[in-house]
Amino acid sequence: MARMPNPPERERNDWFCDQVRLHLPELYAAARRLTGNDADAEDLVGDAVARAWVHLESLQQPEAFRGWIFRILTNAFISLKRKRDARPVREPFEEESYSTEPSFSLFEHLHQPFLLWWSNPEQAFLRNLLREDLKAAIDALPEEFRVVVVLCDVQGFSYREIAEALEVPVGTVKSRLSRGRSLLQKELWEQAQDAGLAVPKPSTPRKRSEDAIH
Amino acid sequence: MPSIERRTIDCEEALRRLAEYLDHELGDGLEAEVEQHLETCRSCFSRAEFERGLKSRLRELRHQPVDPAFESRICELARGFTTS
Repeated sequence: MARMPNPPERERNDWFCDQVRLHLPELYAAARRLTGNDADAEDLVGDAVARAWVHLESLQQPEAFRGWIFRILTNAFISLKRKRDARPVREPFEEESYSTEPSFSLFEHLHQPFLLWWSNPEQAFLRNLLREDLKAAIDALPEEFRVVVVLCDVQGFSYREIAEALEVPVGTVKSRLSRGRSLLQKELWEQAQDAGLAVPKPSTPRKRSEDAIH
Repeated sequence: MPSIERRTIDCEEALRRLAEYLDHELGDGLEAEVEQHLETCRSCFSRAEFERGLKSRLRELRHQPVDPAFESRICELARGFTTS
């Protein structure tokens, strides 16, 4: 009596290889943004693919492969990070120091009355952003925030999916995302100023209340 | 039939919800309230368009060309799992 609850090993492996190849540019893009360099990104993808094969049984539906392997990639990144953080090489991340900083809005800095005559400065700014500018701004984010920005804004995962991958409450995802986006916008603004693409404000562009006066 | 009363929200409330609105994380009711505000407030509409535009620029980074040698290595690795 033939019973075939699972496809044969070879067929399973062919399917797995096809899926890996299909999602590789996305997995690599995420790994590159998460780790900040090519060598670690390649190691991370290799690690995630190996873990994925070992846990292939846990994939309930084949069409859920993308979310599933991204979750594995994120977990692999986090466990690498934990191992590294366990060594007292770097200062531990201090969330409190960021939570007291006022949030930064790029829009508010670009949307200045004296610039409004010039078509639409915000949209012009977006059009002129190079991919490299965006990558550099993401790479500059502290890890805690970079992970949520990459998973949400770059890879398009939902808050719930990110919360599950990071094993934190949805509220934590929201607050890290909010802080991460604020830091990202500040970084883009500073890059634009350094490149001479934006006008530095006469007063220090720190507090929203100050900006509102101008 | 009681009419469905839709609460109008102000700019502060709309901006507070903006990120979740753009992430499609608000429920239908809250989303409709933000949408209604954006239809009537130019300032918040411009802000929303900017944040949406930035999000879509970030989405462009979701794929990264992969070095062919790396792709072969990964495929070889995945292929090798079957024989173990």
